Amino acid sequence: MRAVARIVAEADGRGGTRLAVLRGESPLLPRRTGGSSGAGVTVHLVGGAAGPLRGDDLRVEVTVGAGAHLTVRSVAAQLALPGRAGLPPSRLVVHAEVAGELRWLPEPLIAAAGCDHHARTHVEVAEGGTLLWREDLVCGRHAEPTGTVSLSTTIRYAGATLYRHELAVAPDTGSPAVLGRYRALGTLVAAPALPATVLPATFRTTSSAAIMPLAGQGFLATAVGEDIREVRAALDPMCGAAEGAPGGAPQARDGFLAVGDGSHRVHAPAKPFAEREIAT
Amino acid sequence: MSLATLLVLADGRLPAGGHAHSGGLEAQVSAGRVRDLDDVAAFLRGKLATSGLVAAAFAAAACRRPGRWAELDGGLDARTPSPALRKASRAQGRALLRAGRAMWALPPIGREPHQPTALGVLAHAAGLGPEEAAVAAAHGTTTGAASAAVRLLALDPYAVHALLARLAPACDRIAGEAARHADDAVNDLPAAGAPLLDIGAEHHATWEVRLFAS
Amino acid sequence: MHPDHATPAGGAWPRPSENYVPHAHGPDEPPHTHPDPGVDPHQALAAGPRALRVGIGGPVGSGKTALVAALCRALGEELRLAVVTNDIYTTEDADFLLRNGVLPAERIRAVETGCCPHTAIRDDISANLDAVEDLEATLGPLDLVLVESGGDNLTATFSKGLIDRQIFVVDVAGGDKVPRKGGPGVTAADLLVINKTDLAPLVGADLAVMDRDAKERRGELPTVFLSLVEDRAATPVAEWIRILVGVRGPAG
Ligand SMILES: Nc1nc2c(ncn2[C@@H]2O[C@H](COP(=O)(O)OP(=O)(O)OP(=O)(O)O)[C@@H](O)[C@H]2O)c(=O)[nH]1
Ligand SMILES: [Mg+2]
Repeated sequence: MRAVARIVAEADGRGGTRLAVLRGESPLLPRRTGGSSGAGVTVHLVGGAAGPLRGDDLRVEVTVGAGAHLTVRSVAAQLALPGRAGLPPSRLVVHAEVAGELRWLPEPLIAAAGCDHHARTHVEVAEGGTLLWREDLVCGRHAEPTGTVSLSTTIRYAGATLYRHELAVAPDTGSPAVLGRYRALGTLVAAPALPATVLPATFRTTSSAAIMPLAGQGFLATAVGEDIREVRAALDPMCGAAEGAPGGAPQARDGFLAVGDGSHRVHAPAKPFAEREIAT
Repeated sequence: MSLATLLVLADGRLPAGGHAHSGGLEAQVSAGRVRDLDDVAAFLRGKLATSGLVAAAFAAAACRRPGRWAELDGGLDARTPSPALRKASRAQGRALLRAGRAMWALPPIGREPHQPTALGVLAHAAGLGPEEAAVAAAHGTTTGAASAAVRLLALDPYAVHALLARLAPACDRIAGEAARHADDAVNDLPAAGAPLLDIGAEHHATWEVRLFAS
Repeated sequence: MHPDHATPAGGAWPRPSENYVPHAHGPDEPPHTHPDPGVDPHQALAAGPRALRVGIGGPVGSGKTALVAALCRALGEELRLAVVTNDIYTTEDADFLLRNGVLPAERIRAVETGCCPHTAIRDDISANLDAVEDLEATLGPLDLVLVESGGDNLTATFSKGLIDRQIFVVDVAGGDKVPRKGGPGVTAADLLVINKTDLAPLVGADLAVMDRDAKERRGELPTVFLSLVEDRAATPVAEWIRILVGVRGPAG
């Protein structure tokens, strides 16, 4: 399945933000959610079906104009599944151009056993722009080995590469240099700085979570955990709790929205992945 | 290319500051994630596939075109989110330059470049090629941590060297892959990250008592 | 041993480049380059007169840090002074100096040694050289840099690439056999300090025996007896350093 979603947020000239483009196709359906709280708008990606599956080729394009404030979330975890053997790996490309403020705070990617998923992220933040970029990964559903995932992230600020990171996870490759026995990983990149309200004075670097000032203008917070709850406990407070925790939209609690044609999907879960199921 | 010159460059006794660094091992030993030889093996394999590959690719690229050192250094900055690891890398780069200047005539390079950049520039000055720079870098990411493992866990040094011998083919493979990128644009060079190395390095830097600098 | 060892008043100190020996290339040598024969590989340090660097080594607990503190007290007013410590695992020695207020923090650098102080002062001196270089870069010209080794064994001595003179500190509590046992520290240090003489009666150490053995091992090289609890300014050692600095002239 190929799908492209496109979100363009612009300043509306009255101190607010309007969505000039909000377009998608199953399984990538962006929906504006909530009222416009303050100057910003929030968009949720509502997964049209379980997935991605092998053979899927998905692309999300986000543009945030100067003076616009956009928050992007998703209603449920992305569950990468094996799909039909012989098909190429599933791909998700996210490309963002940010001159205003973008807060990208989706639910985790879950690498189900047997999946083969490649995610590529490229974010260009113009000088003066602001970015909060969250990526969480859970290696395998409850009590199953992880699938194969490769993540590649490039975040540039003011024309220079600020953060360049790749991560490859595959069954039987646990190394105490990389993820060890941890099944959940969360990263949060903030550019050019952690929001002043957000840096918790109480944050303590431990052997499983750290906040790191990058060489350029920005920060990385990384946390690993036995399950996603530990990662959330470390990173959520930095993602602006005021506006609700990731996945805080009401829809997220009630299962996948029946949007588009998900009929060919295998294993489409009746309800989204509850944290309980992901845990340990 | 002189093989003996490569051995001089890759020798663990090169006075280039490496002995004070555990390559991230001390943090993982203390966190209880590395306790025995098998754990050390898994640690080294993971390190080789991530920071080892990155170091080898950047060493190869710097060897191919030493004039690109500043751009490559920026690429390593973007791949090294942990300030503690950036500091350790630059301290070792500076120490390596000091040793290199005594051995060969080096082209211009900053005062405190990242270690892989310095290694590549030294390899170039020594008349070596990108493959050799890459293999020296990959080898160096394993040997430093391995000798720290002997000290931190009181492991049998023969068993640890047997492990290094088993890892040699992986080192060669990683170096080969790295060298194929020698001409890539900096953004396209490998960027394999290792979250536990980053977090461990940051945590380690907060300790009051530690045996190694990183 | 320093080439100018017998004539410490020699003024100009030899630089590695002066020992450069031109050589012929053999037929089987691969093509290679040389550093400019006129250029000292440690150029950043050797350019112009630089601080006198004195290494202070010796076994664990013999009183090295106490001696550094005493020297800072004695010389801190009259000389531009900085200290580099090499601890086994912590910044304990540096912290001690800070706590005791003998020197402001910016004049003290702690080098981490990866369990091996003797490696950091002898086999791979890069981190120490960087520390000295950084001190000189931030503080401007210095007259004296004291480099304290982490406590180690009797064979641990400083590389000549790092220091100009070295002091080896042993204590009487280790027994009066220490000078007899010898080792490079005892036999070759430019100054041997036998510390904690106040404890000699308590541990039954015979200072005359130590003096005799030290002379035997060290020939003309000086040895001083010291009790840092009684002489908090380490007078004989401070005097020895004063002369060395005086001979050398002020740093650029
Ligand atoms: N009685 C007595 N105690 C001394 C004397 N000099 C030092 N000490 C004590 O000996 C102990 C060790 O002294 P340090 O100066 O820390 O010894 P050190 O050689 O720096 O030790 P390391 O750095 O751990 O190898 C301290 O408790 C000092 O107070 C002395 O002359 N007499
Ligand atoms: Mg001491």
